[in-house]
Amino acid sequence: MSRIITLRDALREAMSEEMRRDETVFLMGEEVAEYNGAYKVSKGMLDEFGPKRVIDTPIAELGFAGIGVGAAINGLRPIVEFMTWNFAVLAFDQIVNNAAKTLAQSAGEYKCPIVFRGPSGSAGQLAQQHSQTFESWMANVPGLKVISIIDPYDSKGLMKSAIRDDDPVCFMESEISYGIKGEVPEEEYLVPIGKAKVKREGTDVTLVSYNKMMLVAMSAAEELAKEGISAEVIDLRTIRPLDHETIVESVKKTNRLVVVDECWPFAGVSAEIAYEIQKYAFDYLDAPVTRVNSADTSLHYAPTFVEEFLPNPTKVIKAVKEVLYVGA
Amino acid sequence: MSTVTAKKRSTKKSTPEFSKDTYLNWYEVMLRIRKFEEASLKAYSQQKIRGFLHVYIGQEAIAAGLVSALRKEDKIATAYRQHGIALSRGISSDKCMAELFGKVTGVVKGKGGSMHFSSKEHNYIGGNGIVGAQIPIGTGVALAEQYKGTDNLCVTMFGDGAARQGALHEAFNMAMTWKLPVLYICENNKYAMGTSVERTSNVEDIHKLGLGYDMPSEAVDGMSPESVHRALAKAAEHIRAGKGPYFLEIKTYRYRGHSVSDPGTYRTKDELNDYKDRDPIKETEEKIISEGIATQKEIDNIKEAIKAEIAAAVIFAENSDYPLGSELYDHNYVQKDYPFIMD
Ligand SMILES: Cc1ncc(C[n+]2csc(CCOP(=O)(O)OP(=O)(O)O)c2C)c(N)n1
Ligand SMILES: [Mg+2]
Repeated sequence: MSRIITLRDALREAMSEEMRRDETVFLMGEEVAEYNGAYKVSKGMLDEFGPKRVIDTPIAELGFAGIGVGAAINGLRPIVEFMTWNFAVLAFDQIVNNAAKTLAQSAGEYKCPIVFRGPSGSAGQLAQQHSQTFESWMANVPGLKVISIIDPYDSKGLMKSAIRDDDPVCFMESEISYGIKGEVPEEEYLVPIGKAKVKREGTDVTLVSYNKMMLVAMSAAEELAKEGISAEVIDLRTIRPLDHETIVESVKKTNRLVVVDECWPFAGVSAEIAYEIQKYAFDYLDAPVTRVNSADTSLHYAPTFVEEFLPNPTKVIKAVKEVLYVGA
Repeated sequence: MSTVTAKKRSTKKSTPEFSKDTYLNWYEVMLRIRKFEEASLKAYSQQKIRGFLHVYIGQEAIAAGLVSALRKEDKIATAYRQHGIALSRGISSDKCMAELFGKVTGVVKGKGGSMHFSSKEHNYIGGNGIVGAQIPIGTGVALAEQYKGTDNLCVTMFGDGAARQGALHEAFNMAMTWKLPVLYICENNKYAMGTSVERTSNVEDIHKLGLGYDMPSEAVDGMSPESVHRALAKAAEHIRAGKGPYFLEIKTYRYRGHSVSDPGTYRTKDELNDYKDRDPIKETEEKIISEGIATQKEIDNIKEAIKAEIAAAVIFAENSDYPLGSELYDHNYVQKDYPFIMD
């Protein structure tokens, strides 16, 4: 049996089920308990699990992330919520220098099974400090796994896998997609880390994306279909490790690839995909791999800047026509 | 007028502590902020302002005290709840409102919005969106003043929530070690979003955090411009004498939710009403009238002028243009021909 639930509810179900299943799992972060979460993802969890396992922290990202790392080293499975990933920047020392290095530095004796989660990416007119996309940053670090989601079904299954995973996982959500609805089974299931998914089949061009840029890619694909261009759309779901095989399989069929990626272009997820595809599918490409990223700038406040900055279906369609060598 | 006030007046010292001008200026500064914020809330509800909007209503007496107790040359760094501080620095209502509307005529050309006004001309370092980030930054601004040999100080303001960031301790320690001219102000409005001060620490008296570094530290009533002024003036004198930093925990209250989207269900109506009963604008007006500092006519003139100023600011903001999307590429680098990735 399945029902339609929101992404927010799917994430909460995943955390709650894992907390019921395993006593070592707990949630900590700013406003997660009494306020029910800044974006209501943890609504009701304090009532069910009590203050020992759903912990409100002060605004002290470096401190509570480090406390999470220590608890993970000592046998617990913390879920650390950042109100957004912009604030996780304060905790990078603990994520990058510590969580990601624990296993190596102890020659495998100490593991660090922890999930760092929160929204990544822009969410309207929030200006420079509140509009950054962190998938590329975190995926650059060996020792971390990075998941970035949009679909409620995938989100639930991947969150459960992340909590059970023995390595540190960075889990990227989005403020403006928590209300997105989708079909989610009542029964338990997992979605494996490291597997992309074809969300729409097509033959002329492959679009690869993740998180809320999937909405842009899907709507571009729909528009293109009206013009007789058949786009295959792949949701990466996991950024690191990157499932280049699924992309290569698709490119073997379409021979063209456009990456739609909210990260900045320089050394970003799109750059890595372009590298891997020219490496593993060189002979199948009929055009250079092309990408549509956020602009190579900070995101300023006014609506005109947001419009200019973000990928949108128009920009994607233009890129698709470029790789198809058809006039706009 | 009642005989009670007449008696009170007759027992007053011959030279009052604060002049008529000071009282009227406080009143004007506070009323401007209140009316500006009310107008911004209205514009937000009409979706003319987007993103986050954190208003300063209830905390105006702090801005008033800053105006009278400090110098224009002093620098100020604060957090995102900052429209009131910017206005108190003398940045025009027009420019502040236009910034909220995201217009090119705004104080930072529509680039910052509610959280990020700044103005070099007004020695306003600006508002910061990362909780606590301005604590070391303000300390560094003070270091530069010391380095350049001025007797200016940097007022570094942050909330009760921000006081729990580790950066506070690093900054306090260095500021004391190097005797930097920095005036730290914690605007303790009792809540950081939905989290009350007592839920964040076993040390509820935030000013005590300074004592671990032997920094002079005090709690101050933030609902009265007089008490704010006295505390700031004393701290500023200490700092200008080269004795190093000072820490004031100013106890205040925000009447509205954390931001527009916060219903504020974590606090009681009674608590809110207790503070509204001590509203600094209302109390200052009552005092001005009851003590005969100025006439009702003078007060009414200020009210009229502020009302007109704010109405004009909204019209100015509405009639201004948005920046061009292509200006996205301005102000990322000083280098004019920086080669952006454009694919
Ligand atoms: C580093 C960081 N963490 C979290 C946030 C989200 N956030 C914005 S304001 C706020 C509460 C701050 O409260 P306080 O310092 O008391 O200031 P007030 O809002 O009361 O003026 C939080 C948690 C942020 N902007 N930056
Ligand atoms: Mg506060």
